[in-house]
Amino acid sequence: MSSEKSFEASLDELERIVKQLEAGDLPLEASLELFEQGVKLSRDCQKRLDEAERKVEILLRSTDGTYKPAPFEESESEE
Amino acid sequence: MSQLDFFEQFSKGRRALSVSELTARIKTLIEAEFFTVWVEGEISNFTRHSSGHWYFSLKDQFASLRCASFRMQNRLLRFKPEDGLHVRARGRISIYEPRGEYQLVVEHMEPVGLGALQLAFEQRKNKLAAEGLFNSERKRQLPLLPRCVGVVTSPTGAAIRDILRVIRRRNEALNILIAPARVQGEGAAQDIMRAIRLLNGRAEVDVIIVGRGGGSIEDLWAFNEEPLARAIAKSRVPIISAVGHETDFTIADFVADLRASTPSTAAEMVSAARDELSLRLERLTRDLVRAMQQRTNRSRTILGELERSRGFQTLRSRLQSALQRLDFSLNSIERIFIRRLRLHRENLNILAARLSEADLARSLGAHRRRLLSLDARFASVAQGMITSKRERVSVAAGKLNSLSPLAVLARGYAIAFDEKGRAIKRAKDVRAGDRVIVRVNEGQFDCTRNKEE
Repeated sequence: MSSEKSFEASLDELERIVKQLEAGDLPLEASLELFEQGVKLSRDCQKRLDEAERKVEILLRSTDGTYKPAPFEESESEE
Repeated sequence: MSQLDFFEQFSKGRRALSVSELTARIKTLIEAEFFTVWVEGEISNFTRHSSGHWYFSLKDQFASLRCASFRMQNRLLRFKPEDGLHVRARGRISIYEPRGEYQLVVEHMEPVGLGALQLAFEQRKNKLAAEGLFNSERKRQLPLLPRCVGVVTSPTGAAIRDILRVIRRRNEALNILIAPARVQGEGAAQDIMRAIRLLNGRAEVDVIIVGRGGGSIEDLWAFNEEPLARAIAKSRVPIISAVGHETDFTIADFVADLRASTPSTAAEMVSAARDELSLRLERLTRDLVRAMQQRTNRSRTILGELERSRGFQTLRSRLQSALQRLDFSLNSIERIFIRRLRLHRENLNILAARLSEADLARSLGAHRRRLLSLDARFASVAQGMITSKRERVSVAAGKLNSLSPLAVLARGYAIAFDEKGRAIKRAKDVRAGDRVIVRVNEGQFDCTRNKEE
């Protein structure tokens, strides 16, 4: 949950940076620094969104009686 | 022997029947006649015996019928009979000889009006609601960004197909972990409970979808079982129920943290928040690049204004001050643009290198290309302007130099001035005896005009 909070906090921070840049009263140098901060935040957030591997697995009972995930293959079957 | 013969024989012979004989005879007749009957009435005096048998009466306005329902039959009933309930019962009439009483031995019973299952559903729903199992303060929030979604359903059913189809269509970065369970028939509820327990034991699972595709109320019945309802309530991981179609409601739907009208909807739900955040991030990244672009555009406009400035085009004094201003501007432009551009380009290169390492997010890729082209345009425009300024400055300085009289003197020419310091341009401007000052490249000397020629 805390990492989710920090994700939203990152978005808020990015929003603040964009607003400052849009105000346009900063020297070019400071603007560029802000911009770089923004790009980094954006990249980190995108990474968070893309974290999972898009695996589809099914829990199958193994010989020792425990359940282990195995790749799931969709079958053409009825309900 | 016909009925008539039977009574004639005993009335003629005046032989009395024993009670047992008569009762046995009645029993034979009645039980044969009413071997299978349907009877409809209202339940009253319902008693549940410790043996598991039920005793009650069915009555209407004018009559009453004693009924017994045995344990084996009772277990198959899906609703609980109670006083006042209007039912239709099937059974046989049986004579209880010791008391000379007859009763209906019930084999099957169903509520009139509501179907048996509907009634059972209502009764169970009311009971669990009274226990507070459906209270909204019990419901847990779904995780904002689930990484792994557990799915309890049949691995060959419509539900898992629909869920996977939605997740794939949305290209969500989600892991799916299926815990297979039979979703209808004997033992289905236990299967589903076991699957929920399994998924609760896996730390990576953030949210669980429990469901199946559409079917009859009998098909969906497992999701109305009370133990399953309690298992859902107890689950550590938040549960979304997704049973059947929009119009199907099950007990599982009421107790789950969230009800999805269909399995597809459940899949949409687990990715909705992610979508929202992803959209917000994309929008912010776009705004960020646009704001920076506007900022650099403004700097470029300042450059353009300098280019159009007319300071050095005419008078010498203005040329000089323009030269000064230009020098100053060139310095500051150099300081601001060139150094910053170099840093900026280095940073961009670093960012670009890092970006290309990662699995490129669509939007960031596009932004990066825009940034790179912006940077290239920016660099070439700034560089071009600075070069052209410099050229113009050196041309102007050259012209200025060639106009200077000092340059002419350097080639061996001399200028003659009169005593008032005016340049002498005609011989007649000087009379004999006049003093003439001659200026050469290095220094000057006095002369006197000899005589008129």
